[in-house]
Amino acid sequence: MSEHRTAAYVRTDMLPEKAPPVSEMGAIRWLRENLFSGPLNTFLTLAGAFVLYFLLSEAFPWFRNSVWVAASVGECRDIITARWGEGATGACWAIIRDRWNMFMFGFYPRELYWRPTLALGLLLFAAAPVLFSESRRIRMIVLGVMTLFLVLAFPALGVGGLATGLMLLALVAMLVVAWSRPWGLLWLTGIYPGLAVWLLWGGSVWVPVLAMAGFVLAWAAFTATRGRGAIISVGSAVAAALAWWFFAMGPVSQVLDTYLPYAIDAVRSDKFGGFVLALTIGVAGIVLSLPIGVVLALARRSDMLLVKALAVGFIEFIRGVPLISLLFVASLLLNYFLPPGTNFDIILRVIIMVTLFAAAYIAEVVRGGLAALPRGQYEAADSLGLDYWKAQRLVVLPQALKISIPGIVSTFIGMFKDTTLVVFVGLLDPLKGITDSVRASFEWKGAYWEPYIFVGCIFFIFNFAMSRYSMYLERRLKRDHH
Amino acid sequence: MAIASDAPKQSFRLSQLLYDTRYRSTTIQVVVLMLFMAVAAWLVDNTITNLAARGKDFNFGFLGIRAGYDIGQRLIAYDSDSTHARAMLVGLLNTLLVAFLGCIVATVVGVFVGVLRLSKNWLVSRLMTVYVEIFRNVPVLLWILIIYAVFTEAAPLPNAFREGGAASMILFDTVAVTNRYTAVPDPLFYRSLGNIDIGIFLISSDLLAIIAAVVAGWYANRLVLRRATAVQNATGLRPVTWWKTLALLILPGVLTLWALGFHLGYPSLRGFNFTGGINVSNSFMALWLALSLYTGAFIAEIVRAGVLAVSHGQTEAAYALGLRPGRTMNLVILPQALRVIIPPLISQFLNLTKNSSLAIATGYLDLRGTLGGITLNQTGRELETVLLMMLIYLVLSLLISGAMNIYNASVKLKER
Repeated sequence: MSEHRTAAYVRTDMLPEKAPPVSEMGAIRWLRENLFSGPLNTFLTLAGAFVLYFLLSEAFPWFRNSVWVAASVGECRDIITARWGEGATGACWAIIRDRWNMFMFGFYPRELYWRPTLALGLLLFAAAPVLFSESRRIRMIVLGVMTLFLVLAFPALGVGGLATGLMLLALVAMLVVAWSRPWGLLWLTGIYPGLAVWLLWGGSVWVPVLAMAGFVLAWAAFTATRGRGAIISVGSAVAAALAWWFFAMGPVSQVLDTYLPYAIDAVRSDKFGGFVLALTIGVAGIVLSLPIGVVLALARRSDMLLVKALAVGFIEFIRGVPLISLLFVASLLLNYFLPPGTNFDIILRVIIMVTLFAAAYIAEVVRGGLAALPRGQYEAADSLGLDYWKAQRLVVLPQALKISIPGIVSTFIGMFKDTTLVVFVGLLDPLKGITDSVRASFEWKGAYWEPYIFVGCIFFIFNFAMSRYSMYLERRLKRDHH
Repeated sequence: MAIASDAPKQSFRLSQLLYDTRYRSTTIQVVVLMLFMAVAAWLVDNTITNLAARGKDFNFGFLGIRAGYDIGQRLIAYDSDSTHARAMLVGLLNTLLVAFLGCIVATVVGVFVGVLRLSKNWLVSRLMTVYVEIFRNVPVLLWILIIYAVFTEAAPLPNAFREGGAASMILFDTVAVTNRYTAVPDPLFYRSLGNIDIGIFLISSDLLAIIAAVVAGWYANRLVLRRATAVQNATGLRPVTWWKTLALLILPGVLTLWALGFHLGYPSLRGFNFTGGINVSNSFMALWLALSLYTGAFIAEIVRAGVLAVSHGQTEAAYALGLRPGRTMNLVILPQALRVIIPPLISQFLNLTKNSSLAIATGYLDLRGTLGGITLNQTGRELETVLLMMLIYLVLSLLISGAMNIYNASVKLKER
């Protein structure tokens, strides 16, 4: 090994590491990169900071001076003046506290508040097999929170200890089922529509039971004629259900009501209001509009000229007119279009119109999904020898619906927001109907902002949760790895 | 050798209508048609029976009779002696006005916010995200009501604008926001050309002259640009055109305004009210602002998605070709982003137009307020008024989407 020679000007010892310049590390670097990277960026930051400061300095005192307990607007103002001096303004959240039940339930009978609450709680249990089937953790968190909510809410709503205990037992049993098997609560999903309608409107238990029996009958007819082709089996199923609902159900329910009467207090539709009304219309519209929308989308892409023309006409008509005019049709014109003497429930009419409205939009979203699917998928399904419905069910729709999820959910969000428009046909929606009637009272005259902010926050929470859920669903269903 | 033999001839059986794919679709369509016609006939029959039972008939004669109500904001001559048809027209023009102005402001807001949301500036992009999420997730009715309440509850009385009063006018003393109306300057002409009577209503010749001048300038600019492109194709050098473009786009309009003697009539407080300008009702202002801000949040998302849809490789390719950032934006990114942006933008414009029927919340008399509101209540003809109103909205929607589709066809990918 030769001796290692080095020239005098070559450094032999390593210099210690120097700290980076102050401007290139920590908070200063972050500020430079994200807020002050150039003249334009600096200007934008300063402008943004000014806007933020302006908004906060205007709004903060108002929120800080909030009053939570008072009996009227006047008392609120007195408290604020006493505490913060002459001329101070502040929020009077006491109005929400005082009229909480009004905002939530409208004029629903006070002693029956537990029924819509239970219906809302069970909604998540019934939806769990569909919405949260993949992740046990999310399922247990959602259902656990709901159970806790119901157990805390029931005594507050004046339900006895025994009933609360029984309900807790039932809920815990369902929690165990949901924990062990993702699809374990599917039976609840099946009976939930009838159960929810019964809980909300009350009346004889036989009406929802027999109405649901129509679906069982349709299923029976479908399986009985299964070997004879799709048209015959679907046709006989529809015919059996319609015959049951229109001809057999009335007499049968009368007989049952006479000999086996069981009914809970009926609640008329005009008692509905607030978020109970918004959620009733919203959830019913969401559940009903998705299947109708998918069928409409398939009809619009059909090879059959007439079917396609009818679907196009329907979709374009619905999408071309404002929802308000359809609600007017529901409230004013349906009396003309239906046989004389028919007078069915205004909430049901509104639900039908909202459903048709959302279905037309969903049809367009799903049509986009169907069009985005590569042609090869259709051809592959054909080459496997699948018939039309099998090809749609097994190959086309699962992929097309997956692509359409963001659009479908934003349609749902739009529809939930549009439930506030029912105020214009005389229903008490939480946004305008309830706030107007609260403000019409002597004590709360002049409270403008608080009800709007409160209702807006609740809508924001629901819609934001829905949009986040759609993002989660998109990630969960993503099968390709780009 | 095998001899191909014809399939044995079968006589036609009824079950073939269902099981034979040659006939099945016809069968289904015939059944659907019969069902559809049966339902339609049932509805029409019910309607006739119900009308007869109420002693009503189905005719639009009510459109010709005296309306008897006043409309605060009208773009054409109207008074309470005018007919219901004219009230409907006034309402329709009000709908069109708020929809048109709303679409413009919503597009400006949307492009602005959408671009800023993509900015690298942490603070600004967060602020814009908050704006978009708040406006998209809350019903538009709430925004209309809140903005209306801001105008009617928080704005000062006209009285407060007196010398030494608590309120002051904004924008260099030209605009006064009061709790009853917003007073804005009135465009006036010293040498007005008068109005043209086209039978139904009057059209301002001044407006037509200005529009004609601007359109002519725009068209001339297109010719200049085309000539420049031709020169560039022939010689490889593009003549400098920016000053010609600037002159052609600005000068015709400005010169016409000058020739007509354009000036503004500023509002000023006389007694208890502002005069000299135009007093725009707060119901209109609230509806306009709320619809613009609400739809603007949706358009911002569309713009953002459109810009993000253009892959980064496109920008890099343009830089590799030596294009400057401005030309990269104009020639490479924007044409591709527009292709993604235009179709959803059309449906946002349609949504805004349809949402303008929420004027019902502020009392602004649009088509729904006149035809579907006061006229309906006065004449009691629900069937005719609601159907006519829906028909007009439908035609409006089809016209807007038709016009925008033509534009879309001009920007979309030309496939060969």
